[in-house]
Amino acid sequence: MSQVKPIESSNDFVIKFANVNGSGSASANELFARAIMRMGVPVAPRNIFPSNIQGMPTWYEMRVSEAGWLGRRGGCDLMVAMNPQTWDRDIAEIEPGGYLFYDSTKSQPRSRFREDITVLGIPLTEMCNREYTDARQRQLFKNIMYVGALTALLGIDFSVVEKLIADQYRGKDKLIGANVNALKLGFDHATANLPCPIGLRVKRSNGVGDKIFINGNDACGLGAVYGGATVAAWYPITPSTSVIEAFSSYCRKYRTDPDNGMARYAIVQAEDELASIGMVIGAAWNGARAFTATSGPGISLMQEFFGLAYFAEVPVVVFNVQRGGPSTGMPTRTQQSDLISCAYASHGDTKHVLLFPEDPYECFTLGAQAFDLADRLQTPVFVLLDLDIGMNDRLCQPFDWDDSRRYDRGKIMTAEMLDSGKNFGRYLDVDGDGIPWRTIPGTHPTKGAFFSRGTTRNAYAKYSEAGTDYTYNMERLRRKLETAKKLVPAPVLKPASQPTRFGAIHYGSTSPAMAEASALLEAQGVHVDTLRVRGFPFADEVIDFVNDHDVVFVVEQNESGQLRMLLLTEGELDPKKLVRVLHYDGTPITARFISGRIADALSEHKVTPLRKQVAS
Amino acid sequence: MTYLAKPKLLRTDAPRNTLGYTRRDYEGAISTLCAGCGHDSISAAVVQACFDLDIEPHRVAKLSGIGCSSKTPDYFLGASHGFNTTHGRMPSVLTGAALANRDLTYMGVSGDGDSASIGISQFAHAMRRGVNMTYICENNGVYGLTKGQFSATADKGSKSKRGVVNNDTPIDLVALALQLGASYVARSFSGDKEQLIPLIKGALRHRGPAFIDVISPCVTFNNHAGSTKSYDYVREHNDAVNRLDFILPRDQINTSYAPGELRRIVQHDGSVLHLRKLEADYDPSDRVAAMNYLQERHALGEIVTGLLYVDSSAEDLHRHLNTVEKPLNQLGDAYLCPGSKALDALNASLR
Repeated sequence: MSQVKPIESSNDFVIKFANVNGSGSASANELFARAIMRMGVPVAPRNIFPSNIQGMPTWYEMRVSEAGWLGRRGGCDLMVAMNPQTWDRDIAEIEPGGYLFYDSTKSQPRSRFREDITVLGIPLTEMCNREYTDARQRQLFKNIMYVGALTALLGIDFSVVEKLIADQYRGKDKLIGANVNALKLGFDHATANLPCPIGLRVKRSNGVGDKIFINGNDACGLGAVYGGATVAAWYPITPSTSVIEAFSSYCRKYRTDPDNGMARYAIVQAEDELASIGMVIGAAWNGARAFTATSGPGISLMQEFFGLAYFAEVPVVVFNVQRGGPSTGMPTRTQQSDLISCAYASHGDTKHVLLFPEDPYECFTLGAQAFDLADRLQTPVFVLLDLDIGMNDRLCQPFDWDDSRRYDRGKIMTAEMLDSGKNFGRYLDVDGDGIPWRTIPGTHPTKGAFFSRGTTRNAYAKYSEAGTDYTYNMERLRRKLETAKKLVPAPVLKPASQPTRFGAIHYGSTSPAMAEASALLEAQGVHVDTLRVRGFPFADEVIDFVNDHDVVFVVEQNESGQLRMLLLTEGELDPKKLVRVLHYDGTPITARFISGRIADALSEHKVTPLRKQVAS
Repeated sequence: MTYLAKPKLLRTDAPRNTLGYTRRDYEGAISTLCAGCGHDSISAAVVQACFDLDIEPHRVAKLSGIGCSSKTPDYFLGASHGFNTTHGRMPSVLTGAALANRDLTYMGVSGDGDSASIGISQFAHAMRRGVNMTYICENNGVYGLTKGQFSATADKGSKSKRGVVNNDTPIDLVALALQLGASYVARSFSGDKEQLIPLIKGALRHRGPAFIDVISPCVTFNNHAGSTKSYDYVREHNDAVNRLDFILPRDQINTSYAPGELRRIVQHDGSVLHLRKLEADYDPSDRVAAMNYLQERHALGEIVTGLLYVDSSAEDLHRHLNTVEKPLNQLGDAYLCPGSKALDALNASLR
């Protein structure tokens, strides 16, 4: 037996499922995660999957945290090793004192286990072969059977899982019975043969509250529905595809005309990303709210069109679910590496509005707000999420909507306004905010028509190569981007428990790991103010935050420090002040990583404190 | 110059259409193309067709790509919104615009470089998708703005102005459009307005993707001996299969033709296409026969013109998507936003 004491922990541990892609394990694993949440304990699951449909290894990592830390923790306390291909590395990953659950049908030599872990075997294949004749059933119910065994091992109420299955298959009674049966077989076998419960336990809690469990891509699709999008054009690309699938399914639900079953939306799967963004630009030019969803390679393909939308001032919305690049990179892994390619997308002098949601709740709210911002600013707006929040279900606060809210369609000149004698110049800055007025095609028989183009023009949209017309336009665009600073969502400041000269800037999916890292650092006596950036061009508060601290860590999930580059350029800041904390191996950043890097940097920093340098 | 509007000198006795517009109301800025450019004749044909059809200019949206041809929307329908997009990408922008408002008339203008080279993908997919539009390709076989390079429609063996011989096989956009599902396919010649104007009218009244390839000689770079897109060459090799008369429902139907020479096609909006047959065995309702005929005549070195194919019962993209009758860009908040109650119910299902 093991020399190391088995880990004892209730409501705070990591379970990892090692499965074979395409074996039906994903839904069983998700069922288990939901069961723990039904016990009132927060769970943050993450799918770690290959770019493959069937056969390659896949993992489902589930962090159970009563304290509500939803970032990836790293390490693994209980490994559910269902994939012989990855057995050795899976066993190696278990924390000392941890647990291994496996299918003991085929006996394994002792050398394939570890001495310092608790081994829990159940002959799952044998039980399934005995119980079922159909190959597909054998496979699917094996997954449910291990969920049953784990339910017993972790001390979860059987009735909770049973009810969850009933809820999930409501109306399909046959499936409920069969699944509950498999669940019970696993549960009973574990109860009779294994030391249930083990040291890792799920105890009833009220840590979940009224939170909802959804992934960011679904939330983006819903945000687009609530934001009033009527046209979506897209090209399939991992990990953004499900944004459109969600939009489509929510549209069927909420946007089907009750009288005649007709669609109050149009979704077109285009032939490529160029056509998708072209369609979005055409629809938006013609007065519909339109968007596309894509990922890095799609952003690259759309570059020329982004320039047109920027220069012709067409309000388009782009959801970019970032993945690992460059090139095809790591299409099923997460990164925040498209900031630069979006911020200054296209040739010539451009600058674009970026939004950074931290979780599915903000994917919804910022997703909807993106359409107001695009219309108000008449420019492309990019919602930059990433695979970690896009494709993983995440606990978040419930969605809310103020019914008195009306869409801000921005400066659209109507036929009445034109008739009342308003001076219309498509690119004329009448209000001093850099934002011109536009007309929608078909508005008025004789007034307000204009010819949009990517070439230079004067304020009345007439072709012009005059330098003065060009500079008038570029300076107006710069004013418009200044206006954008005040309209993008404000950054969120979390001050440390005591005044400090250290700060950390982060954005997007890094948020839960950063919050936890702050707590870890506080516990070590290290105080760091954190600022979560939610929009670009940066609000003044972002630059002020840097100026108010001696050292600011910029925590990002890319290799080059792309937000840091934007901060340096846009804020004209001292590079020495901004310290990179970069995580870019394709896995989600962890609190341990952030706190470790910051602690290391600060201990180095103490050798040559900045103030001393200044003094000398 | 394009930024110079045409002076509004109007004869008081200028003819007006039933909406009270004169032809001048359908014109645009002064053309900056070379004198004698075939494209200007096409612009004039568009003006005449829209005037004749009593289309309100502001209810047309005109879109183009990049190139000489793509500049022309500035030179007609000055009261229409226009969008000069990026090279080869007009079809996608037009598709999006058409999705946003099904009530406008969409006219896409492109060239052979824009459609057959850089934009062949978008050309193809817009055709197969069934976008309701009139797509005119002003085809001169040459890149004008960059001074005379061959385009993908240049015939094999044709000679450039500098004497270079084209060895690449040409792309026939008409053959492609037929194969890809365009429901109105025609070819014409910019120098033949008698043929071209009714073809444009028929296309504007067609519901679905209407494609017209208009051979439009480039007077500067492709109008010399050895070119197969010159005025002389096209006049000599033109094989018109039919002559079209376009008749609005309100017009008196001309019955002066002998039976058997005429083919009457009623489009979905009630407008009538009268085809005076020039080739006895040509059937414009048979897509496969049209494709075969085109290939046979091409092998003989002839350029087939006329209305080559029409499916008067075609359906468009909006029908495929089952979109509501009211244009999507006019649906208000109440039609689009499900509101807080629906959200509460959704939240409950996510716990």
